[in-house]
Amino acid sequence: MAPLLEIKGLKTHFATDDGIVRAVDGVDITIDKGETLGVVGESGCGKTVTAMSILKLIAMPPGRIVEGQIMFEGRDLVPLASREMDEVRAKQIGFIFQEPMTSLNPVLSIGEQIAESLRRHEGLSRNDALDRTVEMLKLVQIPNAGGRVHDYPHQFSGGMRQRVMIAIALACKPKLVIADEPTTALDVTIQAQILDLLQDMKERFGMAVMLITHAMGVVAETAQRVVVMYAGKVVEEAGVDSLFEDPRHPYTQGLIRSIPRIDLNGGQKIRLEAIGGSVPILINPPPGCRFAPRCRHAMSVCTVNEPVLREVAPGHRMACHLGATP
Amino acid sequence: MDGLTLASPSAERRTYSPWRETWRRYRRHKLAVVGAFLLLALVAAVVLGPFLWRVAIDDIDFAATLQGPSLAHPFGTDDLGQDLLARMIYGGRISLAVGLAAMMVSVIVGTLIGALAGMSRGALGHALMWLTDLFLSLPQLPLLLLLIYLFRDGLKAVFGPEGGIFILVVLVIGGLRWMPVARLVRAQFLSLREKEFVEAARALGASQARQVIRHILPNALGPVIIAGTIDVAAAIIAESTLSFLGLGFPPDTPTWGRLLYDAKDYLDIAAHWALFPGGAIFIAVVSINFVGDGLRDALDARKVI
Repeated sequence: MAPLLEIKGLKTHFATDDGIVRAVDGVDITIDKGETLGVVGESGCGKTVTAMSILKLIAMPPGRIVEGQIMFEGRDLVPLASREMDEVRAKQIGFIFQEPMTSLNPVLSIGEQIAESLRRHEGLSRNDALDRTVEMLKLVQIPNAGGRVHDYPHQFSGGMRQRVMIAIALACKPKLVIADEPTTALDVTIQAQILDLLQDMKERFGMAVMLITHAMGVVAETAQRVVVMYAGKVVEEAGVDSLFEDPRHPYTQGLIRSIPRIDLNGGQKIRLEAIGGSVPILINPPPGCRFAPRCRHAMSVCTVNEPVLREVAPGHRMACHLGATP
Repeated sequence: MDGLTLASPSAERRTYSPWRETWRRYRRHKLAVVGAFLLLALVAAVVLGPFLWRVAIDDIDFAATLQGPSLAHPFGTDDLGQDLLARMIYGGRISLAVGLAAMMVSVIVGTLIGALAGMSRGALGHALMWLTDLFLSLPQLPLLLLLIYLFRDGLKAVFGPEGGIFILVVLVIGGLRWMPVARLVRAQFLSLREKEFVEAARALGASQARQVIRHILPNALGPVIIAGTIDVAAAIIAESTLSFLGLGFPPDTPTWGRLLYDAKDYLDIAAHWALFPGGAIFIAVVSINFVGDGLRDALDARKVI
């Protein structure tokens, strides 16, 4: 079965005064129908740029998709004109933004904002769109949906606004929803509710979800497959169980070790480990593995040759020289 | 804080709309309320006046020239014995209409140019701002005079003496006042177009025109409305200046500025002739500026008053 979305060799670069920033530098990601794919990595690893590239929301200039293909249901999105792209957005691929506080237009009622894409993409009349809007608000569990549909964003809390954002993204029943750190701006209890809601919606509509996050815990709970990104590249890709039980890439191992756990060491106090250093600036990156300067297993080959993704177990791929046959 | 704090229990569900909130904030600005009242009174006077004060504006009476205010002539008479109240009511219609129409011209032109410049990421934006700077650096009064000399007769021939001058005055005043609006709108657009909710609209497949009209423009409108009220006042004064220089409406059309111009030779013996139109201009300008002040505070949603 052909995957729903297949990104092949995507490179998105930004021209700045200091040089070309290679924010996404050769990324391959596939998402099957109905699947939840987690994309994890620190801030600045190119997760959001990858997601924005799919819907071509990158500001061009300075951004540019230099090469690669983004096949959605067998059609390459990269060469599409903006008018054709408008038909894909919302209707085929929905997008949930990180910041619910600022992603809603303060001068339009939330009902108008949900109905906007319904009327635009499904050609519904004002009344039909209103009915569907109220229905969507009920689905995302906004209490008194019929009464609140005419309220404005400032009358909602952060969690409620994120529910509204989800309602907007799902209103046209897209086949794929890209959620760009949907819970980062929310507190922990609300985070759990929003993730549950997303899961619930996914099952109801049978859509695929690309969940971008830097929280490994969120991924462990919701995703079936995980892609780990580092400095604009995919470094490891595996099913969620396989990744957490047997992380192969030193970066993934570091990420997992940095999660606080209560089920290990019989309750003994242990110090959490952090990965030293930070993500490199992606202007003229040095040759070899980009993680090498921070890697505790770095070898001489790491600064010379760039590791490529290779299969280390069925469905488990990673890009590291460790354990490779020379 | 009265009754709107979180703790106050509300028995019935109140619906807050931004316009209602705006009105609430506007009401708290006392001078703005007074200004709005005065402005409405002026508009009502010039609209309804001719039906209540049925004296002709060109009724010449040499037996009663240059008279001060009296029961027969509440605002006195001019050197031909014409009733000044009737003339001011008639002229007020033109002066206020010129002010509003010129404001519309400057706001529409300025918003268009500012929006184009604000949305363009390339040469168009630079060219438009260069044009704006060019217009700002032009000496306005000589240009006004030149334009009026050039086009007055042609327009008079097409639209009649009063209609032609009205169009000319409105276009000339509005056409030389759009630059501040354009700069304001451009600055607003530059910041708003990068906002997340605009990006969210783009992610939902909104075309660029739709992003601008539905998402960016309504958020940029507050400052534009205020700039507009200031433009009304400025246009009334500009029209008065033109009429005072004898370049606006024809001598028999008693706009407030024209009345001032005619009165200037009699300031020592008939001060009332200049005081009433001068006072009317003053009240109109001051009240419009107060309304603008009030709107600025009322439309700023972040300001809690």
